Amino acid sequence: MRGWMGRIRSLFLFGALTMLLAGCGIENVSALKPKGYGSELLFDLMMISIAIMIFVFVIVMAIYTFVLIRYREKKGQEHIVPKQTEGNKALEVIWTVIPIILLLVLAIPTVQATFDLADQSSQDEEGVITIDVTGNQYWWQFTYADQEIATSQELYIPTNERVYLNMKASDVIHSFWVPSISGKMDTIPGENINTMYLEAYEEGTYEGFCAELCGPSHSLMYFKVVAVSPDKYDQWVEDMQNVDPEAAPETASAQEGQELFNNNCMSCHAIGGASAGVGPNLANFGNRTKIAGILEPTKENLKDWIVHPDEIKPGNQMPVELVTREEADKIADYLLQLQHSEIGQDVPSIGASE
Amino acid sequence: MSTAAAQKRGLGAVIWDYLTTVDHKKIAHLYLVSGGLFFLIGGLEAMIIRIQLMKPDNDFISAGLYNEMITMHGTTMIFLAAMPLIFALMNAVVPLQIGARDVAFPFLNSLGFWLFLFGGLMLNVSWFTGGAPDAGWTNYAPLSTTSPGHGVDYYIMGLQISGAGTLIGGINFLVTIVNMRAPGMTYMRMPLFTWSVFVTSTLILFAFPALTVGLFLMMFDRMFGSAFFDVGLGGNAIIWEHLFWIFGHPEVYILILPLFGAFSDIFSTFSKKRLFGYSAMVFATVLIGFLGFMVWAHHMFTVGMGPIANSIFAVATMAIAVPTGIKIFNWLFTMWGGQIKMTSAMLWSIAFIPSFVIGGMTGVMLAVAAADYQYHDTYFVVGHFHYVIVGGVVFGLFASVHYWWPKMFGKVLNEKLGKLAFWPFFIGFHLTFFIQHFLGLMGMPRRYWVFLEGQGLDTGNMISTIGAFLMAIGTIIFVINIVYTSVKEKKVSGDPWNGRTLEWSIPSPPPHYNFVQTPLVRGLDPFWVEKMDGKKGMTPAEPLGDIHMPNASILPFLISGGVFIAGFGFIYQVDDPAWLIAVFVGMGITLGSMLTRSLKDDLGHHIHKEELEEDIKKGAGK
Amino acid sequence: MSHDDVLNPKQMPHDPEKATLEGRNKFLGFWFFLGGETVLFSCLFGTYLALNGSTQGENTPEHLFGLELVFIMTMLLLTSSLTSVYAMYHMKNNDFRKMQMWLTITVILGLGFLGCELYEFFHYIHEYEFTFRSSAFGSAFYTLVGFHGGHVLFGLSWITALIIRNQKRGLNLYNAPKYYVASLYWHFIDVVWVFIFTVVYLMGKVG
Repeated sequence: MRGWMGRIRSLFLFGALTMLLAGCGIENVSALKPKGYGSELLFDLMMISIAIMIFVFVIVMAIYTFVLIRYREKKGQEHIVPKQTEGNKALEVIWTVIPIILLLVLAIPTVQATFDLADQSSQDEEGVITIDVTGNQYWWQFTYADQEIATSQELYIPTNERVYLNMKASDVIHSFWVPSISGKMDTIPGENINTMYLEAYEEGTYEGFCAELCGPSHSLMYFKVVAVSPDKYDQWVEDMQNVDPEAAPETASAQEGQELFNNNCMSCHAIGGASAGVGPNLANFGNRTKIAGILEPTKENLKDWIVHPDEIKPGNQMPVELVTREEADKIADYLLQLQHSEIGQDVPSIGASE
Repeated sequence: MSTAAAQKRGLGAVIWDYLTTVDHKKIAHLYLVSGGLFFLIGGLEAMIIRIQLMKPDNDFISAGLYNEMITMHGTTMIFLAAMPLIFALMNAVVPLQIGARDVAFPFLNSLGFWLFLFGGLMLNVSWFTGGAPDAGWTNYAPLSTTSPGHGVDYYIMGLQISGAGTLIGGINFLVTIVNMRAPGMTYMRMPLFTWSVFVTSTLILFAFPALTVGLFLMMFDRMFGSAFFDVGLGGNAIIWEHLFWIFGHPEVYILILPLFGAFSDIFSTFSKKRLFGYSAMVFATVLIGFLGFMVWAHHMFTVGMGPIANSIFAVATMAIAVPTGIKIFNWLFTMWGGQIKMTSAMLWSIAFIPSFVIGGMTGVMLAVAAADYQYHDTYFVVGHFHYVIVGGVVFGLFASVHYWWPKMFGKVLNEKLGKLAFWPFFIGFHLTFFIQHFLGLMGMPRRYWVFLEGQGLDTGNMISTIGAFLMAIGTIIFVINIVYTSVKEKKVSGDPWNGRTLEWSIPSPPPHYNFVQTPLVRGLDPFWVEKMDGKKGMTPAEPLGDIHMPNASILPFLISGGVFIAGFGFIYQVDDPAWLIAVFVGMGITLGSMLTRSLKDDLGHHIHKEELEEDIKKGAGK
Repeated sequence: MSHDDVLNPKQMPHDPEKATLEGRNKFLGFWFFLGGETVLFSCLFGTYLALNGSTQGENTPEHLFGLELVFIMTMLLLTSSLTSVYAMYHMKNNDFRKMQMWLTITVILGLGFLGCELYEFFHYIHEYEFTFRSSAFGSAFYTLVGFHGGHVLFGLSWITALIIRNQKRGLNLYNAPKYYVASLYWHFIDVVWVFIFTVVYLMGKVG
């Protein structure tokens, strides 16, 4: 545990509460199983607020239960007229002052954490990674400007380092959220660039969500954050920098697929480089854990997606039936063999401990 | 024109009567019926949402339709169900509680209702003309400005029209409460319900214009090619969020405050005690209303306003917990030492306290700006605001409807059925929404059409759906109760609950002039004061004399109908300029009716002393 | 107060607009309404201030605005506010003719203002091709100033309708509150213009 909040955590009812809530949800998805700096900070903040709230709730319910049992009208009491009390100044002061104190106790860590998470002091330091995040209907573009590489749907970061994200959107407002690593931040079209940072403690693949309604496929705009050790991360960057979009595949089918892909798909998509195109950059596609963020990476699924993307993500920009199913078969062969980097394949993913 | 003459008339005459009425009690009926119907429609939409989310990867409805469902559920429940039902109570009760014969502007009162109804109809017409609005009830740009079809246009026109109605209603009640109180009814003797309506009306007055502007800007963007939210031409999408929430946050208090007031009256009546800490309660109500304007940006913590703004809005939001806490404790101490009578109205009120305390506490948790980065736009928020709005507003509406039903209709809602409706609704409510807090923290964002298998969200969603069905059962029993009561129950006296405030001192339902003689108010809970002095009714403040009453008018209906027609013109002129004819015809009807109103003198009429004496003989006096 | 009293021009108290309950309601309700209008214009001003830099590189406020015309417009509207004060002064003195005369002058001045505004818009559109759709600044400018112009138009129609309707029958307790709130509305429009003059034109030219 880092910081003073960690020390508080071991006090009073925190232990039990933390245990209870930490039982909820799936590893690498749930905000209740923090795996990064932001999520842990916020988890502690949640625990403080929940503890205060439970304290208040118990008091209110104690008075409530007593009143309801003690003062319920019984048979034969209908004629009784109770004393018409006007109020009590001392009581009013008590239930004004105590909540104010409790809220002050809560307000101080709130302000601290708010400033802590907005801290950008180390962003310009040497060797600190900044990634440009762009939200699109309905996929995520991650551009590593300094390294001149780009990925989509899978964001690679090194563990135990602060990685800054400069975020915007290309069409409508989206919101970038990886609950198990940090809180969310909106991506907004136009001039407005929001900055936040991620710091993951452990290697792993973490589930990411779009959290702002952005159209019919809002609920299908998943992405992954792949955190690997700094060494592996450097290797991954190198792998990605070495992607050769022209590289010829081995099988004949895949070679035909490459040609079909170049003729039909390249106007929007790219493979390798740092392009932020109309569609996702498909470098390392064959190693992705999901197709389009939601489908299992099987060839059949990929073909379905290529021919009828509208049936899988309603309202998305990819054209329908641009190629036939036979052609899609070949394109799928080509795409699935795009395995540019092995990094990230062996890290724990969703629900690993279940 | 007296109530006696209103009986035994044909259906046509009754309809005409309601179309032209300016009587606050009949307008209350209109609000109650239309708000109730919209509540059922909104509930049906909620059920469809919960069925869709019953299991992972469900395909009960399509993604596009799902977005229409959530948008219409939110919009309908807030604007077309909760608001009008609150207006029904305001109309039915406030003039009676302050000893007035009508509201300050009976004509505008009717206009407000018809604008609301036509706005609500407009919104719902969209289901049949190619798709409802689908950008969420918050309608964020640029998703809304780029949404294809006309759904969002219906949202804009519908809310603009019904919003104008609400604004008019707000001004009306402000003036009513300031100018029309009976002699002796000082501000610090007003029942808490009237007080909270006063504060709510102020909030309406200062909050709704922000929505009006937001809707105008969006209308211009979508229909006339302006660039407020179009980043391509230098626009800024965040302006909409600010305008929406400058309206939207006070709106939350507009919804809850009147019910706080109603609970205060109910706790006091059914504990047979005066309200504990009356002046603290008034102060807390005013303070909540004031702070309600200072906190809108807590809906926007993740927009990137920076840590300073976020911290300020966080602390301001937490501050609201203090006056709310004061209220909770004062309610508890109102019951303390009392004689608690467990009627249906009281049952809903009792259930409100723990439910609302939970909603308030999650509210404070959400105020923690940094932690909101985790909560924001997840099911945690959905859980929170349903705890506040269902646990507060809907419970309050049920309680109030049980409480004031005899005043409005002369019959007490069947108590057995009332309690039978309560339990499934109450249990179902907690089943549906408590688990949603955890779903949110476990990683389920709100407004998700489907959730995936293997993310640990299956059980929670199933429980939530089961709860929703229980709530539906409760609601159905409540509707059955209304029918059963109307058919089977007997008329009761004007004061079935041993009431404390002025409305219980007159017959149920009241004659259309309310008070034969304006009552003299001698203290807080004026009727109780008189009863404790051994009197049967209020002491009159004036001799028996002619009563001046406003005339009925069809103009409010025509004015509203005109903008309704014009609304369609505005929506479809984008496709075909010929639709501009509808704009001109509609606005012509509206402006023509307004001009008629302006040029034609309408001095009202008098009910003569002799008629009143007749009524008194029949028992209307007491 | 019976019908006949209300419509009897001979029995005018000192504050005819507040002599009846209906009059007092109208008076107070209209003040509340103006409170709402204030929020409405505040939101429009806020939007304008957020967008007045979004000119897309052309037709900036500095480039467009000419203070001469705006100065004339300001004078017209300020004077019209003064004349409506005179009108209300004569209402309190129960001098119906003079009240009608001063209101007519108010309307003429208002029409002059509106004419200048239309000319200004016409000028921007044709000389500079600066329209509602050019940029976010264009949208915000025409919306803010146009909303005010719309209020002026409505106010003029309203006061004209009152002048014509009551020409033959004179002042009474029924129409006095109507006159009074119409003049309140006119003052409000005037105040809003002072802010537009400052925030839009002066700050646009100088800032």
